[in-house]
Amino acid sequence: MQTVYHGPVLVLQNNIDTDQIYPGRFLEIVDHKEIGAHCLAGVSEDIAPNFPKGGVLVAGSNFGCGSSREHAAIALINMGVSVVIAESFARIFYRNAINLGLPLVVCQGLGRQVRNGEELEVDIRTGQIRRLQAEQSFQGEALGEYAMSILEAGGIKPLFRRRYEQEATE
Amino acid sequence: MREFAQAQGLRYHFDVNAGVCHQVMAERGVICPGQIVVATDSHTTTHGALGAVGTGVGATDMATIMISGQLWFRVPEIIEIRIDGQPKPGVMPKDVILHVLGHMKADGAVYKAVDFTGSYVEQLDVPGRMVLCNMAVEMGAKTAYMQPNQKVLDFITPRAVRPFQVQETDPGYAYAASYHFDVSGLEPQVAVPGGVDRVVPISQAGQVRVDQCFIGTCTGGRLEDFTAAAEILWGKHIAPYVRLIVIPASTEVLQQCMKTGVLKTLLDAGAAISTPGCGPCLSAHEGVLAEGEVCVTASNRNFPGRMGHRDASIYLASPATVAASALTGYLTNPCTVWKGGC
Repeated sequence: MQTVYHGPVLVLQNNIDTDQIYPGRFLEIVDHKEIGAHCLAGVSEDIAPNFPKGGVLVAGSNFGCGSSREHAAIALINMGVSVVIAESFARIFYRNAINLGLPLVVCQGLGRQVRNGEELEVDIRTGQIRRLQAEQSFQGEALGEYAMSILEAGGIKPLFRRRYEQEATE
Repeated sequence: MREFAQAQGLRYHFDVNAGVCHQVMAERGVICPGQIVVATDSHTTTHGALGAVGTGVGATDMATIMISGQLWFRVPEIIEIRIDGQPKPGVMPKDVILHVLGHMKADGAVYKAVDFTGSYVEQLDVPGRMVLCNMAVEMGAKTAYMQPNQKVLDFITPRAVRPFQVQETDPGYAYAASYHFDVSGLEPQVAVPGGVDRVVPISQAGQVRVDQCFIGTCTGGRLEDFTAAAEILWGKHIAPYVRLIVIPASTEVLQQCMKTGVLKTLLDAGAAISTPGCGPCLSAHEGVLAEGEVCVTASNRNFPGRMGHRDASIYLASPATVAASALTGYLTNPCTVWKGGC
């Protein structure tokens, strides 16, 4: 499983809610690629068309607050986000992202340092974050064991399939 | 969902004729004190009003819970929000929770459980309790709880679909933190556009012309909310070019509003009534905001784009403030127009 990610940064503020990540007017869409095309439309409709594959989001506190809509995590994944770093995450978004296989790292103070477009290296197993241009490191929180096991399986659906297939064959 | 419920033979399937899940589940006695409740909606914290531990989950989460009967849960730290005092007439539970949110901020309780206590909470009725617990999620709370009082037991006992046991908070329990609010003398509150925690007393909100006024949702769509609006609007008509959208949270609420005459009063005053559901709260239908429009709403979120266009402005307020604003066409303190209510 990939645990180290490289990518250019998009910086976001505090309290980015799921209505901004995925506005309610797009909730009828079911195709995941199309959902990704409207990602962060509540912040700016220019973000998704120009987002580089593997890009890293760096946000302030309470990222993903508001509605429980799973579209928020689906949209981020399908826009090409490799990992989201924030000072804190709202809990339902946190669960949705991990369940769908989107890595999250909690790290304080990073958003005030990094600039849009600069390259970061993120190790989700250790929580280590490196600014490649500035040669500066930040220590984020490593993910918990259970969350890591979900990510390793590629999400909670593959994890459950494997678990119940094993039980069926035992 | 309908097909799934049918295929699985699920007993409690509520179709499009029922209303908003949190109101319907409470009315039908599915939620009982002492339960752990998960639902695929962030406002599941509402059920703390009935002494249950309610928390929102995602759709994939719910599927794994249905398969396994289990859930990966972090046991949250518990904080106390003690609310004492008796607010002035005309100041509704919505004003109280907006006031609390303004101080706690949108991330003030992230991943924590909130225990609401204090003399204000102890005497509060079920609808008022639902308003406070509902909006606890707007400060990031995992769940909210209130020790059930007699009013809760009177509500749930004839409705409960299964036996239940009321849980008691341990005497002398040491909370991770305690916050105290005295709501005596509180004036009506509003959250100004852009964030649920951008709360000011209505006297400081300035002169705001409104295009739409909305009363409804799991926060502000109960009989008490429409009764307050009807008292303000009885025998009067809303301002020209203003829309008043009224959406009862459930069919039971709609029927109560018909029986008490509240619905006729609101219709006569110029309200547009829609069938029970979430309506424009999440820009679903009937009152989705256009660019540049201003809405004052009894619902729960004023994020950019929440109710339609990103450049529409949303003010959160009590149902009384919404009704008073519909009457004048401007954001209005209900106490200036509510005879007998204030």
